[in-house]
Amino acid sequence: MKVEIRVFATLRRYLPNLGIGDPKIIEVKPGTTLDEIREMLGLPADEVKVIMRNNLHAEPNDEAKDGDRITYIPAVAGG
Amino acid sequence: MAKKIIRIDMAKLEATYEDVPEKWSRWAGRGLTSAIVVDEVDPTCHPLGPNNKIVIAPGWVTGSPAAPSSGRTSFGGKSPLTGGIKEANSGGLSGQKIAKLGIAAIILEGMPKDNKWYSIFINKDGVKFEEAGDLVGMGMYEVDEVLWKKYPNKPAVIGIGQAGEMKLSNAGISVNDPEGEPGRYAGRGGLGAVMGVRGVKAIVIDDTGGPGVEIADNDLFKQGRKKLTAAIMEHALTKKDGGLNAFGTNVLMNIINEAGGLPTRNFSAGQFEGAAKISGEAMAENIENRGGVGTTDHGCHPGCIIKCSSIYPNEEGKPLVSVIEYETAWALGANCGIDDLDYIAKMTRECNDIGLDTIEAGNAIAVSMDGGYLEFGDKEGALKTFEEIRKGTPLGRIFGQGTEATAKTFGVYRVPTVKGQAMPAYEPRAIKGIGVTYATTPMGADHTSGYTIAPEIAGVGGKVDPLDNTDKAELSLTFQAATAFIDCSGYCLFIAFPILDIAEGWAGMAESVAGVTGMKVTGDDVIAIGKEVLKKERLFNEAAGFTTADDRLPEFMRNEELPPHNVKWTMADEDLDKVYAWVHED
Repeated sequence: MKVEIRVFATLRRYLPNLGIGDPKIIEVKPGTTLDEIREMLGLPADEVKVIMRNNLHAEPNDEAKDGDRITYIPAVAGG
Repeated sequence: MAKKIIRIDMAKLEATYEDVPEKWSRWAGRGLTSAIVVDEVDPTCHPLGPNNKIVIAPGWVTGSPAAPSSGRTSFGGKSPLTGGIKEANSGGLSGQKIAKLGIAAIILEGMPKDNKWYSIFINKDGVKFEEAGDLVGMGMYEVDEVLWKKYPNKPAVIGIGQAGEMKLSNAGISVNDPEGEPGRYAGRGGLGAVMGVRGVKAIVIDDTGGPGVEIADNDLFKQGRKKLTAAIMEHALTKKDGGLNAFGTNVLMNIINEAGGLPTRNFSAGQFEGAAKISGEAMAENIENRGGVGTTDHGCHPGCIIKCSSIYPNEEGKPLVSVIEYETAWALGANCGIDDLDYIAKMTRECNDIGLDTIEAGNAIAVSMDGGYLEFGDKEGALKTFEEIRKGTPLGRIFGQGTEATAKTFGVYRVPTVKGQAMPAYEPRAIKGIGVTYATTPMGADHTSGYTIAPEIAGVGGKVDPLDNTDKAELSLTFQAATAFIDCSGYCLFIAFPILDIAEGWAGMAESVAGVTGMKVTGDDVIAIGKEVLKKERLFNEAAGFTTADDRLPEFMRNEELPPHNVKWTMADEDLDKVYAWVHED
């Protein structure tokens, strides 16, 4: 199945060829967790503060579903 | 040497140095501006009349040696925009220089009898008044340049642009940055107009030879400072090359968009298709590619170790503006359907020059677009509104009065304000806790008053579901109280992020305050002290005529569903009323 991956801010350093806000489409097996996908992408666990799936907060152990929009977010705040 | 208060009477053109009375001696920053406003300003007075005042106060630790990121200056008065109490604080040079002169606060009162404009020069020898007719009509870039030429010690310049001269409700107060340029603003609530009423175009502060800040307990101060500095430098958000340093506050654009909470086209949607183009990442990319003076590693005041500011260059690498904050990029960008960062930069420069709050200015343009005056996305048209304001045309003055006046002018129902002040860059229907803050803070819709975004979106200081109403009243109050304390301290609010996650940093912040002031303060006292400030402000507003009916979000947010989550504002009024019920119970 296919999922869309997005990374922002300091995490873009690990996927440097991805345009800002652009998705990376990857193929994963059913049952793959969001944390396993993070590992596949080479994103360090201690740099991922928040994971969102389809615009909602998600947990590392959640299983990805076909067509999910998954976003890995480092420490951010400001305003 | 005990600190003094300078009272400046513009009717007599006299300045007097007063001892700090016992009742105010505990306070600094926002705590002091609000205490003085409560004691000296009639809550029912007209904000533009003779009985309002401007109070300027650095924080507890501001100006102390190497307290990290602690250069804030608080400005207080009765707001022409909200009709309630206002504290707006700013970075820039002023706080440290006022503090190093041994000044606890400057109270600016009265109105010149001759209707002339003045500048005020303050140094270790006293206060001088000078007629400032030559500065009248100038924007802040020119004012700052002229005054740095005139006063060679690179003083702080607190000033107002044309908006303040015209007494517009969206006039902010400018503070110059280490390069001597405007861009640091006590922006919200129209205090620039209140300064204009006093006939003061600029206040120049030269701290050369000043006594410096006294430290009551140097060992305790150093211990606290060390813990706080370590927390800031350790946290992924605030460390060197961390989120704030690398991308500025605009690091949030893509994230809030991803959460479906980015107000778009006057709060009609929660996602903007052009978010990536105006994001902090895009800003950093332009800065790197264009070269020249551009940098993301810029501090708004000496001694800042977070350095979230930046200098954004034009295509030739020449300076265009410092700084494009997230709120600004959103207000003049996504909220107006504009996805061109260079136009946002140009409009930001206009705001800095004319002396306008960017959040209110962007909202005013957005409601005019909703009312059909301009098309959403019309960047040329949006930029031209600033020419109108600068010239003081009737249309420009309407825009300069802020969002509510502009919305009425163009017959708009979707008016994103609370207590007359426009909302910042977080959709309360999609992020409920920040909606509670907007509704209930004494300041009018304001994110910095109680930044629940930290746990609701960023996973900082815990993690809660942004779409859930549960416990958001309590969450907002806790953040409002902690913020009120930090606003007294002179520390930048952004130290809150590392110390919410790192307990040693929280303790260190309180210890550094205790070390400078000699007060017995620990991390456990922060919320209680913050609530004392909130109580004063709340009671001022009640005396000014505010009731719980003013603690509500606009009706359209209960009626209209916000995509992509298709949610409405559903918080019960009774829950909102709980946030400040304690004021009459304690």
